[in-house]
Amino acid sequence: MLIRLEPRRQHSQAMVYLSPVLAIILTLMAGMVIFSIMGKDPLRALHTFFILPVNNIYGITELFVKATPLVIIAIGLAMGFRANVWNIGAEGQLTMGAIFGGGLALLFHDSTSVFLLPAMLVMGALGGAFWAAIPAWLRTRFNANEILTSLMLTYVGVLVLSYLVHGPWRSPDGFNFPESRPFPAAALLPVIYDGTRVHLGSLIALLAVVGGWILLSKSVIGFQLRVVGKAPQAARHVGFRQKRMVWFTLLLSGGLAGLAGLFEVAGPIGQLQPQISPGYGFTAIIVAFLGRLHPVGILFGGLIMALTYLGGELAQIMMGLPNAVTGLFQGILLFFLLACDVLTKYRVRFGSAAPKGRAA
Amino acid sequence: MTADTGNSGEMAATRQDAAQLEVCGVTKAFPGCIANDDISFRIEPGEIHALLGENGAGKSTLVKIMYGVLQADSGEILWNGQKVDITSPHVARDMGIGLVFQHFSLFETMTVLENIALAMNDVRDMDVLRKRVLEVEKTYGLPLDPDRHVYTLSVGERQRIEIVRCLLQNPKLLILDEPTSVLTPQEVERLFETLRRLSAEGCAILYISHKLHEVKSLCHRATVLRAGKVVAVCDPAVETAKSMAEMMIGQKLVAPDRGEARIPGAVRLAISNLSLITDEPFGTDLKNINLTVRGGEIVGVAGVAGNGQNELFRALAGETEISGDAGCIAIDGTAVAHFGPRRRRRLGAAFVPEERNGHGAIPDMSLSENAFLTAFRRMALSARGLIREVPTRSFANSIIKTFDVRTTGAGAEAGSLSGGNLQKFIVGREIMQDPGVLVISQPTWGVDAGAASAIHQALINLAAKGTAVLVISQDLDEIFAICDRVVVMSAGNMSASRPMDAVSIEEIGLLMGGLHDLEGNVAQTEGGHVDQA
Repeated sequence: MLIRLEPRRQHSQAMVYLSPVLAIILTLMAGMVIFSIMGKDPLRALHTFFILPVNNIYGITELFVKATPLVIIAIGLAMGFRANVWNIGAEGQLTMGAIFGGGLALLFHDSTSVFLLPAMLVMGALGGAFWAAIPAWLRTRFNANEILTSLMLTYVGVLVLSYLVHGPWRSPDGFNFPESRPFPAAALLPVIYDGTRVHLGSLIALLAVVGGWILLSKSVIGFQLRVVGKAPQAARHVGFRQKRMVWFTLLLSGGLAGLAGLFEVAGPIGQLQPQISPGYGFTAIIVAFLGRLHPVGILFGGLIMALTYLGGELAQIMMGLPNAVTGLFQGILLFFLLACDVLTKYRVRFGSAAPKGRAA
Repeated sequence: MTADTGNSGEMAATRQDAAQLEVCGVTKAFPGCIANDDISFRIEPGEIHALLGENGAGKSTLVKIMYGVLQADSGEILWNGQKVDITSPHVARDMGIGLVFQHFSLFETMTVLENIALAMNDVRDMDVLRKRVLEVEKTYGLPLDPDRHVYTLSVGERQRIEIVRCLLQNPKLLILDEPTSVLTPQEVERLFETLRRLSAEGCAILYISHKLHEVKSLCHRATVLRAGKVVAVCDPAVETAKSMAEMMIGQKLVAPDRGEARIPGAVRLAISNLSLITDEPFGTDLKNINLTVRGGEIVGVAGVAGNGQNELFRALAGETEISGDAGCIAIDGTAVAHFGPRRRRRLGAAFVPEERNGHGAIPDMSLSENAFLTAFRRMALSARGLIREVPTRSFANSIIKTFDVRTTGAGAEAGSLSGGNLQKFIVGREIMQDPGVLVISQPTWGVDAGAASAIHQALINLAAKGTAVLVISQDLDEIFAICDRVVVMSAGNMSASRPMDAVSIEEIGLLMGGLHDLEGNVAQTEGGHVDQA
């Protein structure tokens, strides 16, 4: 008995867009099973996880706070994924952006200049782009796989941050806690809805959606990166250089991840500390695929994944569920999404394969 | 030409009269198309039977059913008059059906004998096998050193391995799928020699091809398929190539109109002393290539596949980086060897690669986007880094209209078009950019006859307007039909050019085989002619 995957002659275009919806429904069903096994009322658990976090204005604004970094990072990553450039190290680039931009805030910690925040945005993006430039250089110069190098650099980046806040950048009046000074007011992102934590970054995330869409669908460079990803030989034939696309997409996704990192430290957190992200850089990979590598889809994908963060926190508080449930849900969702995508393109055939074809 | 498909009257006869193989009413449908629609025909013992049809006529499906790779939806197959169920290729081989594939399945780094042993069910003793192999080779005139490594062999020799493999199983029916597409004319003649000998011994042969002059000289009978149906059974000896082609396409065949003799203009494409070491594992180095193409001229590059044509195309299109003398390629007098594809296109060069899907076009992008792919600079389809959607779409539409591309519109994915229509679109895309130099590789590879003649006519018209056209093709008929001059590539070398009206197909064949086995080929050709006479 053998199970084979056979490519479908024609795959439904509608299924390409329905598969994320299907994956979400399947994830909810799997979640109910898991909750029942854990001895919790599944409906109540799902309610706590997915409804309760957003049944008031504050909850909805928190959703935007969490979705902001996910959307910004995922848009950058999607550009790379379209061109077959696999930046898995957004978490590290996010950290580097926070270090570069946040470092500026610490350097001018008594500044009140209006130029401080814009300068930090620039430094944040540069920091992330710098960290992504390393895999780009290794890939174009030595053909080193960017999946490995970008992932490994993530841990380096996180350790650099850890070193800085434990050592040179530790707050002088922070009772030896491993954290920096609080940023000065001039270094903090303005809140756009009073009484909540929604900050300017959310608007920039929306801009990134629009900008990403124009770049991908309307611009020549977006066309080039789609061609490089879909048909490398055709790209070579018309002179679209793959190396340029590697540089472009890595610098872009690194820069956006760095910007997202800066938004975290200059927004909700307000200082540098060893942990600045609950894995946004990795979750954004799921967001990118959930959104079908399309900026508008990514906006929705980002909101859904943000909900799993909020729901996980609430389930922890109200039902005593472990925080790992968040990661669990994210993992299950990715699993079902990939499964749905595979079954959209292939059909499963049971039965023995044709006898091993000896050449006639 | 008769439409008499059923010889069933004779079939009712005794067992001795039973056909080697008879296909009765075989139907096979795939989602969206009926590949085989109630097909019936018979092959007698010792008969060389041709299966003719354009791409997509259903030949491959039928062969797969006969070889057990696919199962028919309905209909039956009789073997020596007995109904049989061919459930797998294994069953087919045990019955005595051998199949020589178009693409060989050989291990390059192993010897001939090892490759043959791998395909056998029961190899106990390599020495016994070697003896049998040598016996078969001697009997059927298939010279082959069992201890040579496959990578050192020519394509023709590789094909002999496949044939020897089949013959070792003592087949009653040998199926050959487009066996000559990779052979020189001399190698073809040598293959026919073997096939005639096999036929004389009573082995039935099913010969699948669209090369009609070959079918004419080799086959006893031909079954013509069109759109999944048998449309005619004929005797190739009394038909002409033209009449058989018309049966295949179901309409009158129009020969390309060459117009008045053109007077060549200035040199537009010049290649001088181009040498290039390949970086592909089994690629061919280009050795000191010299060629000029003048405006208004169509020059053909003939040769067996894999003799440096792909490397030449990539060097001309700018896909391969060329270090060294920048002057070795010049377009309208400008040295371009150091230029990338985009700068060459800006100078007025256009290129059509052999492979449509993923090289000349991107199957899952729309025709508009595919039009944009190579034309966005010359046709000014972009502005300030953005795609200008309206002009892009209207450019795509004008290609579709001018070149009669059958499609639902400019928004259709390129992959939804048939091979012929996509090729018309790609060729049209380049021609409508009004290039000064056009380099086109295998312009009608896998394209139906209607589209092929449209493409040929378009190339002739383009040259008439003063463009220099270089056609790289394995199809000698094509080269004879449209070219003014021809050069031949062999092992990375290019012959001097010869005017088309002063060169014979035999001469080109000799050049294709390369000079090293010139004598052997001459002897063989003469043998072939004697046999035909």
